[in-house]
Amino acid sequence: MSTPFYVSPQQAMADRAEYARKGIARGRSLVVLQYADGIVFVGENPSRALHKFSEIYDRIGFAAAGKYNEYENLRIGGVRYADLRGYTYDRDDVTARGLANVYAQTLGTIFSSAAEKPYEVELVVAEVGETPEGDQIYRLPHDGSIVDEHGSVAVGGNAEQISSYLDQRHQDGMSLAEALKLAVQSLSREPNGGEREIPAERLEVAVLDRTRPQQRKFRRIVGRQLGRLLEEGGAETATEAEDAEDEE
Amino acid sequence: MEANTRSTGRLPAAFLTPGSSSFMDFLSEHQPEMLPGKRQLPPIQGVIEAPHGTTIVAVTFPGGVVLAGDRRATMGNMIAQRDIEKVFPADEYSAVGIAGTAGLAVEMVKLFQLELEHFEKVEGTTLSLEGKANRLSTMIRSNLGMAMQGLAVVPLFAGFDVDRDKGRIFSYDVTGGRSEEQGYASTGSGSIFARGAMKKLYREDLTEEQATTLVIQALYDAADDDSATGGPDVARRIYPIVTVITEDGFRRLTDGESSDIARAILERRLEQPDGPRAALL
Repeated sequence: MSTPFYVSPQQAMADRAEYARKGIARGRSLVVLQYADGIVFVGENPSRALHKFSEIYDRIGFAAAGKYNEYENLRIGGVRYADLRGYTYDRDDVTARGLANVYAQTLGTIFSSAAEKPYEVELVVAEVGETPEGDQIYRLPHDGSIVDEHGSVAVGGNAEQISSYLDQRHQDGMSLAEALKLAVQSLSREPNGGEREIPAERLEVAVLDRTRPQQRKFRRIVGRQLGRLLEEGGAETATEAEDAEDEE
Repeated sequence: MEANTRSTGRLPAAFLTPGSSSFMDFLSEHQPEMLPGKRQLPPIQGVIEAPHGTTIVAVTFPGGVVLAGDRRATMGNMIAQRDIEKVFPADEYSAVGIAGTAGLAVEMVKLFQLELEHFEKVEGTTLSLEGKANRLSTMIRSNLGMAMQGLAVVPLFAGFDVDRDKGRIFSYDVTGGRSEEQGYASTGSGSIFARGAMKKLYREDLTEEQATTLVIQALYDAADDDSATGGPDVARRIYPIVTVITEDGFRRLTDGESSDIARAILERRLEQPDGPRAALL
């Protein structure tokens, strides 16, 4: 019988982190930005049915990069958590902070348990507040750490480069069209410095819109409305009145 | 297990297990005691006194459906509450009105709303109107034990069927038996009187305004003859809750809108206490 090799805990963790990071890097990046009336999620996604962004609860949205089956599992877990909590207490008692903590614990336990392979996912949990100051955005990397973000955040393969691009250009109080334009610009940048075009039909866009009269603030932006917003952002003639009329 | 949903620990395995898109199914596996139908009933003698809600009416019109309810809750011969709400949105395109034991009914509506929302979030698409109606059936059936003790809940479900492009109404009995109603329907203690009124006033080509007026006429007639149903309360400014569901989704009439209709009806009834007359032949 051979003696198993000794692997130091540091080395084991480093290997697992590298494994997870490589998995996440295979997928496309996505960005989450604050704008005047809420939070916008933008990503490149050729699929119409398999979403990267979704609604968790009234004011809470979810975005994920990485392995689909793993983040889908976490998403449904989050929906169940939120719905059960809202049913047990009250709808107001479901918060992004609580959800992010649960995700962090879940990812962290999986990451450090030798029996399980680490999840190759990176999540964003965002909650839109009554005012921009009340908005909350949490980024959750594969290892269960949790980062409280402001303004803009990017996750996925090319996240660092996109983040620094966004950090330089993102401003508070942007209109939706402006924020969308900035998001698309940031996603179009190649790691080697080049740029490529992302057609509108390959974009997945969703918002948490605080001005929406319904209790549930999550809304997907698709089709003609998306086209209009992209044009608007390009022409820099954004008017808030038109946005309101576009409600579907 | 239970502690995990309340503290901020790791999500329990049940949360991450692939399975049904139904919140009720999830709850029955994970925390069955939370489901109203799964509660253990102590032996009960006689009838339990609890506030009851009364009359709910619904009318379809080309392009949608109107669902309305009076505001009175009674306990025996006492008025328990004057401004109770018995008509609720179930989701964007449907609403449910509840007659019967108020406490259980409100709880059932809350769970029903959650069931539809949960399915929508998990699947990324909404249930069909039939699917929603069937789900409500299951919930009423699970309440049968309570119903046998006199704590029945009998809802009326109405919605806009986006696939068929029309408003539809479903009525239920205490055992969860479901039937689709054509044109108009009512439930609750004043429902026989309301139904009589609707039968005489209903036409297939009603406009939305006529349909909302019709339901308030019917509720007035129910309140006229059934002591458990409340009429429009002008002194306290409590008017029936009227909801309209069309292609554009669910809308509840503002207090101003329903008070305008109710006041116009009251005005007419001062001259004609029995309300509008239908032709004899």
